Amino acid sequence: MRGRTRVQWALAVAVAVLPLAACTSGAGAAGGSVLSSSWGDPQNPLEPSNTNEVQGGKVLDMIFRGLKRYNPRTGRAENMLAERIDTTDSRTYHVTVKDGWTFSNGEPVTARSFVDAWNYGASLRNNQKNAYFFGYIEGYDKVHPDSGKQTADTLSGLKVTGPRTFTVTLGQKFSTFPDTLGYAAFAPLPRAFFTHHKAWLDKPIGNGPYTVESYTKGAQMYLKKWAGYPGPDKARNDGVTLMVYTDSNTAYTDVLAGNLDLADDIPAGQLKNVSSDLDGRYINTPAGILQTLAFPFYDKAWNTEGARKVRTGLSMAINRAQITKTLFRNTRTPATDWTSPVLGEDGGYQAGLCGAACEYRPAEAKKLVQEGGGLPGGQVRITYNADTGSHKEWVDAVCNSINNALGDDRACVGNPVGTFADFRNQISQHKMPGPFRAGWQMDYPLIQNFLQPLYYTDASSNDGKWSNKQFDALVDRANAETGQKAAIGLFQQAEKVVRDNMAAIPLWYQNGSAGYSERLRNVALNPFSVPVYNEIEVG
Amino acid sequence: MARYLVRRLLQMIPVFVGATLLIFLMVNVMGDPVAGLCGERACDSATAAQLEREFGLDKPVWQQYATYMANVFTGDFGTAFNGQPVTELMATAFPVTIRLTLVAIVFEIVIGIALGVVTGLRRGRPVDTAVLLGTLVVISVPTFVTGLLLQLLLGVKWGWVRPSVSPQAPLDELILPGLVLASVSLAYVTRLTRTSIAENRRADYVRTAVAKGLPRRRVVVRHLLRNSLIPVVTFIGTDIGALMGGAIVTERIFNIHGVGYQLYQGILRQNTQTVVGFVTVLVLVFLVANLLVDLLYAVLDPRIRYA
Repeated sequence: MRGRTRVQWALAVAVAVLPLAACTSGAGAAGGSVLSSSWGDPQNPLEPSNTNEVQGGKVLDMIFRGLKRYNPRTGRAENMLAERIDTTDSRTYHVTVKDGWTFSNGEPVTARSFVDAWNYGASLRNNQKNAYFFGYIEGYDKVHPDSGKQTADTLSGLKVTGPRTFTVTLGQKFSTFPDTLGYAAFAPLPRAFFTHHKAWLDKPIGNGPYTVESYTKGAQMYLKKWAGYPGPDKARNDGVTLMVYTDSNTAYTDVLAGNLDLADDIPAGQLKNVSSDLDGRYINTPAGILQTLAFPFYDKAWNTEGARKVRTGLSMAINRAQITKTLFRNTRTPATDWTSPVLGEDGGYQAGLCGAACEYRPAEAKKLVQEGGGLPGGQVRITYNADTGSHKEWVDAVCNSINNALGDDRACVGNPVGTFADFRNQISQHKMPGPFRAGWQMDYPLIQNFLQPLYYTDASSNDGKWSNKQFDALVDRANAETGQKAAIGLFQQAEKVVRDNMAAIPLWYQNGSAGYSERLRNVALNPFSVPVYNEIEVG
Repeated sequence: MARYLVRRLLQMIPVFVGATLLIFLMVNVMGDPVAGLCGERACDSATAAQLEREFGLDKPVWQQYATYMANVFTGDFGTAFNGQPVTELMATAFPVTIRLTLVAIVFEIVIGIALGVVTGLRRGRPVDTAVLLGTLVVISVPTFVTGLLLQLLLGVKWGWVRPSVSPQAPLDELILPGLVLASVSLAYVTRLTRTSIAENRRADYVRTAVAKGLPRRRVVVRHLLRNSLIPVVTFIGTDIGALMGGAIVTERIFNIHGVGYQLYQGILRQNTQTVVGFVTVLVLVFLVANLLVDLLYAVLDPRIRYA
């Protein structure tokens, strides 16, 4: 009797397990010229004006095309859907949308597709994280007031004037405004986005070279080539499968094992063997990312004339060349200005602008720190988040370098914060005890984007609350300038103000890196360190 | 028996409330979730305020907890910051982790107990020493080392298995991660069984069974093993909860999108709803597993009776 019960038990367990085991089906790289690529779970719903990180950005870059597109090689803003963007006063822009563009569901892309999308993005009601991108447009303070309820639903500065034409009126002069329109937040949206929002989020519809074929949230997305894509940059492969990886090490291992075609973001620990592992199938190209050390200017000790010398001294005490070479294996380049090489000379990048202040000069560093009245509080504590990246390693290296230069073992220590969320939290509550890690990934390749959001008084990412009248005036003048060249010149002057005050210590320009399998050819990263998927050839 | 069951079930209520409250408070102490949600760039104050209202973060903590618990009892675990309902995340994550845990438990039971019986019966022999040494090595090497090493050897160098698990996570792909996940517990199960068997071998009832002339197989399996399993069952029972919640390292190494992955991401992004929801379910799993263990005692040892 007992024996039978036991058999029944075993049967019951087996029956319970079977359905769990049953749901297995093929996965991984699909056949044909479809490639698989590593991905991270997007942090926010995939709305264009709600995506402010690179993983969601990858998808948007594949399924959307805006008025402008940044050339993946040069970073220059080029007309995509825009036929013309005209202005006479740098404030009112007349936009004409090209004829013949449609969304992948057949709906034509019209002026309204843009205006509706931008109004949605700006409206406070929709909680869009990129809402501030529309802040230059007139009427933004009505649809997105700093406090209280919104008093308007649409931006008064946007007017549809014809099926393919609309005007944008800005609240102030902003000469480089058209060049910002390549950012994903300015993408057009089909009607389905508004009428069937939930369904759209489950399977976004856009107007780019790929369409979303299937999307399993948190696991993978299959993007198929859209055969009817009207644009010039058609996909050269049949599709891309984005696979979510929790750890870049696993993605890298999968590329080695031939399980995955493309892994961007090679983990730091693998950099020393990546060339031999992948036999040259490794790219390492500059991206629009600058790492800096920001300062808490809300703390009086850091906001004095003496502290300016101390900041410059600290900058001179950092041996950038050695750290980028040994720790980062040349995936970072020592910074010599406050922008990025991806802008190019014409775009406002100026190598060596920082001058001696960004060179390793330990003797001068020590002298400057002493002249400035010593380190505030006798010690600098560099705050960073310890959960991602290899921040601990480089902060320790920077501190080591500072300690050696100043001849004091306790001059600099790292101050790790457990999670990025908590780190952000402490920054926004102005609780930084000293310099803190600040990274800036550009939104669009313009010198304006490297300066205004970070150093303008009360700007969105001015976390250290630096404020300088001269800098603000120069930025205002630059934005009002109608000529591109003159505007960039003024921004460069503003950058010199940042330099003279050492508002933040530039550390290094970050590169984007990726490794790929033997199946792929023509792999490149754009200045946003996102693979240029549509140009990849398979086979 | 029924009364015992009711009493145990009633005892679960304060434990459940206490555990969830503790988690809720701890996650709240970590700081403002909205700051983490907005990412590298702080949200503007209007959007931040609106988000706080929407997630109910502007209310006092006790009120947040009360609303949350009320919702939980209606089956609503809230919405994760990426707009997905937490229940949807659970529906994808738990089946994967349950499969992984089952694979691990099967390894523990089959290999662990078998090795334990063999070494317990052959105490002091070379095979006993060898297995003991082996378990010592397994216990002292951290899981991520075993995991990464096996992944590199079997997945990349020899190409026997896929180094990572596909999103569907079928059973055959979970064998290696399951073994890695089970490794440490497996060693403990071996040692527990061995000690228990060695001890009970000299018990009176075993001598009686042998004297009755029962075949050796029956003596070992029916009498000796069954009575020796009580500590092992206790261990495995509590291990179910530990394996389900503690698979973070293993799930990361093998890219398994299970409970550990969701928890890890929830903590990184300071997503209160996800973390509290998943931990709440894990607390339930622990409680139920413990109850089952206690009930199993009575099945294994007729001398134990519940009233």
